[in-house]
Amino acid sequence: MSLINTAPEMALTTKVDDFLNWTRKSSIWYMMFGLACCAIEMMQTGGPRADLDRFGMAPRATPRVSDLIIVSGTLTLKMALRTKVLYDQMPDPKYVVSMGSCANCGGLFQLAYSVCDGVDKVIPVDVYVPGCPPRPEALTEGLMKLQEKISQERWLVRKDGAAATA
Amino acid sequence: MPGLDAAAIHARLAARFGDAVGALEGARRDNASATVAPAALVAVCRFLQTEDALAFDCLSNLSGVDYPKRNVIQVVYNLYSYRHRHPFALKVDAAREDPVVPSVAALWPHAEWQEREVFDLLGVRFEGHPDLRRILMPEDWPGHPLRKDFVEPEEYHGISTSRESLLKA
Repeated sequence: MSLINTAPEMALTTKVDDFLNWTRKSSIWYMMFGLACCAIEMMQTGGPRADLDRFGMAPRATPRVSDLIIVSGTLTLKMALRTKVLYDQMPDPKYVVSMGSCANCGGLFQLAYSVCDGVDKVIPVDVYVPGCPPRPEALTEGLMKLQEKISQERWLVRKDGAAATA
Repeated sequence: MPGLDAAAIHARLAARFGDAVGALEGARRDNASATVAPAALVAVCRFLQTEDALAFDCLSNLSGVDYPKRNVIQVVYNLYSYRHRHPFALKVDAAREDPVVPSVAALWPHAEWQEREVFDLLGVRFEGHPDLRRILMPEDWPGHPLRKDFVEPEEYHGISTSRESLLKA
């Protein structure tokens, strides 16, 4: 039964934090940023079958309006410095998903001279997605974990318990 | 047109350049090669490219190999003629301490990036190259990583280059 006609003046009660987090987790804009074969799976995840759009996720072409960077693929030392620059340009609050073995720890190429052994050596990571490469289902699972994490954040209450003034 | 076999190509080189071209190596058509003195390289390449019966119009690969025991860095030129459908390879030895080889980028323009790669990874200087910079590694990278005695630096711009194994007890 639709509520639209039965309760046209309907109001919902919720906590402000929960409401804010609900809006934030429902519109995570991720940066258009792919490094290697994992990026192909990331594109598939954005495609019609896995369909990231249903989470309100859309790729953005610049880090300055992005909430999330999905590090998808082998991170070379040369790219690691640039990845840090991109991360620094993103506005807070920002999140990092490390996708696949290479971004997690260097993976297959860990002993190579040119490869950074894990993106967490450069930027802080929120969710690690295992796999080589992870299937779209696995990345979706990782992004739902990130949504869980976002929905548990508290922005209006300080860690010491006092309400924020600003 | 069937093209020439390796022995015939080598015979033409030997007749023209004498001692500057070494003996024919490799038994098969597709791995035949000859070692060339660095000083004669450009002349040999121009001859191979311009002579009608040879007509090597494509430098299909240019790579380098490090031989520490012989104290040599070898640059290998894999040539192919699309007109005659025959392949041949040249090898040039350079001293390991200061490897210098003349550039062939003026003959085959696509040699430019391949020579940059060999310079980047093995440190061979190609004399006459228009723009000899690193092509793959960062510009401030120390050393040339495909040399056998290359030691990976402990860290790069504060990023540690090793990771502790989780499998250790």
